[in-house]
Amino acid sequence: MVDVDLSLVNWSRAQFALTAMYHWIFVPLTLGLSFLLAMFESIYVRTGDEKWKALTKFWMTLFAINFAIGVATGIILEFQFGTNWSNYSWMVGDIFGAPLAIEGIFAFFLEATFFAVMFFGWNRVSKGFHLFSTWMVAVGSSLSAVWILVANAWMQHPVGMAFNPETARFEMENFWAVLFSPIAMSKFTHATSSGFLLASLFVVTISSWYLLKGRHVEMAKRSIVVASVFGLLASVYVGFTGDEAAFENAQKQPMKLAAFEGLYKGEQGAGLVAAGIMNGDKKPGDSQAPFLFEVKLPGLLSLLANRESGSFVPGIDDLVYGNSEQNVMGVVDKMKMGRLAVADLADFKQARLEKNENGASDALTRFNINKEFLGYGYLNTPEEAVPPVSTVFYSFHIMVILGGFFPVLFLAYLFYTLKGRIGEVRWLLPIGVSSYFLGLVAQQTGWVVAEVGRQPWAIQGLLPVKVATTNLAVGNVQATFFMFLGLFTLLLIAEIKIMLKQISIGPEGI
Amino acid sequence: MISNLDYGTLQQLWWIICSLVGSLFLFLTFVQGGNTLLWQVAKNDVESALVMNSLGRKWEITFTTLVLFGGALFAAFPKFYATSFGGAYWVWMLILFTFIVQAVSFEFRKKPGNLLGARVYESFLLINGTVGVLLIGAAVGTFFTGSNFILNAYNQVSWTHPLRGLEAAFSLFNLSLGLFLVFNARVLGAMYLLNNIDFSAMDGFEARIRKAAWVNFLCSLPFLLYVLASLLLRQGFGVDEAGVVSMVANKYLLNLLAMPLVLGLLLLGLVLVILGVLATAFKGSSRGIWLAGPGTVLVGLALFFTAGFNSTPFYPSVADLQSSLTIFNASSSRYTLTAMTYVALGIPFVLAYVVYVWRQMDSQKLAAHEVANDEAY
Repeated sequence: MVDVDLSLVNWSRAQFALTAMYHWIFVPLTLGLSFLLAMFESIYVRTGDEKWKALTKFWMTLFAINFAIGVATGIILEFQFGTNWSNYSWMVGDIFGAPLAIEGIFAFFLEATFFAVMFFGWNRVSKGFHLFSTWMVAVGSSLSAVWILVANAWMQHPVGMAFNPETARFEMENFWAVLFSPIAMSKFTHATSSGFLLASLFVVTISSWYLLKGRHVEMAKRSIVVASVFGLLASVYVGFTGDEAAFENAQKQPMKLAAFEGLYKGEQGAGLVAAGIMNGDKKPGDSQAPFLFEVKLPGLLSLLANRESGSFVPGIDDLVYGNSEQNVMGVVDKMKMGRLAVADLADFKQARLEKNENGASDALTRFNINKEFLGYGYLNTPEEAVPPVSTVFYSFHIMVILGGFFPVLFLAYLFYTLKGRIGEVRWLLPIGVSSYFLGLVAQQTGWVVAEVGRQPWAIQGLLPVKVATTNLAVGNVQATFFMFLGLFTLLLIAEIKIMLKQISIGPEGI
Repeated sequence: MISNLDYGTLQQLWWIICSLVGSLFLFLTFVQGGNTLLWQVAKNDVESALVMNSLGRKWEITFTTLVLFGGALFAAFPKFYATSFGGAYWVWMLILFTFIVQAVSFEFRKKPGNLLGARVYESFLLINGTVGVLLIGAAVGTFFTGSNFILNAYNQVSWTHPLRGLEAAFSLFNLSLGLFLVFNARVLGAMYLLNNIDFSAMDGFEARIRKAAWVNFLCSLPFLLYVLASLLLRQGFGVDEAGVVSMVANKYLLNLLAMPLVLGLLLLGLVLVILGVLATAFKGSSRGIWLAGPGTVLVGLALFFTAGFNSTPFYPSVADLQSSLTIFNASSSRYTLTAMTYVALGIPFVLAYVVYVWRQMDSQKLAAHEVANDEAY
């Protein structure tokens, strides 16, 4: 129905995914380490112990290296909405642009201003003002997360807006509905707490390496105490907020939840797949089993999705083809109404162009009947509404398994720290050394779940990605894709080398 | 009170706010300009370290202002954001590329194991301060020379030039504006360094920076004069009450005459820049930045106001005049502009703490002994 160059769409998606995934290597560490720095420095200011100052300055050095490359990879994301997703920018800029501007005004300036004091102000401002500045960097980084996650949540669950047929775009009607959308709240709490968790793992990883090597033992032990407490609290909170995020997904994005679980046929009292291997040949609507192997926990998916263990959870087939028994409207029916809406909108625009007011009024009346399904009118087949199920399923399960492992790890570190034996537990320390890398995997898979699970939509149910792109020759996007791939890879290698060198040098005098 | 403002007033208010952020960015390009002076003014490691550390404490403010400029345009004028960024793809991508490499360069340059070596990171800073600023100037120049785009009934952009925005850099006007901004950034960079560094027992270093301020000002003059003359004489883009865009002789001269306040801003801005340079070059002043910086802001405001007010499409299309963007047809809805205006009430507070912290940090000038440790850039 819509003549779109799919290779352009896919290259545009690939470029956004590439830049976002690189950016998200660094951002969660900034989010969490900024708070850990503030805690370390608070202890220094409270105790006056110079060793805490040396410890703070050591972690601050690593923070700065990470922060710089986080900033570098971040700028392209904001402007990429315009360069590669210009139809999206025009259609929803009224709503989506506002959080980005607010992020700039209130969060980035806070970070940028106090960052300079935090690094270069040790001998230029008072001890108290320096500590205040370090806390402001932490607050600024979390404030930044609020606004970008509000923007992202709106893409998952568009609220507080209406479609204006005159301009053919979505316009904001309720700022507070956008800000306090339940998806925004769960996204913010889940993403920031996962950042706190990752930063705690980062500290545990490097400290464990020092303990294994017998270097900077006192600093490592002190760091582990703070990071393990912070990490344990964060990891438990990540679990709660993750559960809340899944519940919100079930209510607002049931297709995504079905993909999490590889659930094709909806069930009452649906079970949660603890582990499984998916059948790669499985297609929506066919009779093949979705799994080659699965371990299911009965009733738990219904409990997670609806807070009732016997409730009905729609599967992919129900959502695509409909299930009248359970009152689920399928994509098939939504597409019919969506196509009418697309045609009526075109009639409206044409009538306006011809200054035919009666024709415009009639077309608008017809359009209003089906306008909520407008986005479905751009799909070519009902199956197009299904995200890549295997990718989402495996990503979700890797994230959840790792999410269950981290609190256990922090508990073990705290247990042996309290026993005074953390430096001697040779079986635990190598696991601690690897934990940051496992944390990175959990971070990346989490965003794969959120973003790949939303496909094919840029704005859930309203705007497919293929309608959102800039009209560009694909060669342009291919060129910039490889330009960013090469540059970011180069900078990442440089960042890792610098980090390793700084870790090898270690803190001074402790 | 804000909720009672009519739509047209809000649209104009947001053009003023975006213009202010854009103009502040032009002032803050002293970081970019300062980067490009490194080879000229610093003759040993201590001098290099002083230049890098002085600028390195401000680069994020400049970077953040650029990000805010983008965010404010996205929120207030999304049709411009979509049309210009999506259409003039390559000019924006190259600008962004130069800012990406800048962002890591201060931090990575002196760190052991940095893979590329200090010289490469210094080259990144040079590229940012020359190519990056030049292309920004070329992009702003298209506000007066026009761009090659057509918008369809759904406001989707088609760019009609194969260079996708880079063609802007081949217009003499745009190129001149870009080169003026490059040299002006270098003038501002030199003045900032004079204001920020403790030159005790480094007279030669200080003299080289003073000379750089003067020489770069002289270099900027031909481009400035060409831009001003061309602006006043050239045919411009006008829009009538029915929204029809047409070419108007001496449009920008007419705009300045119709808006004496804007003409005043332009003249006052130029005078302040000149006074700042003269005070720096001939009076031994280290406070020239506080004349030339605000002067640059006023010149920037005058340019943006001339481009957008008095029935002028601020982003004109030469491919299809009727696709041109005005502040009235490119803006967000009244609701969004109202909500964002409430948000903008926080801007003075943000500016106040930025200034307060800046003053706290700069109350003592940067001395050589402070850049001799491992934490320094």
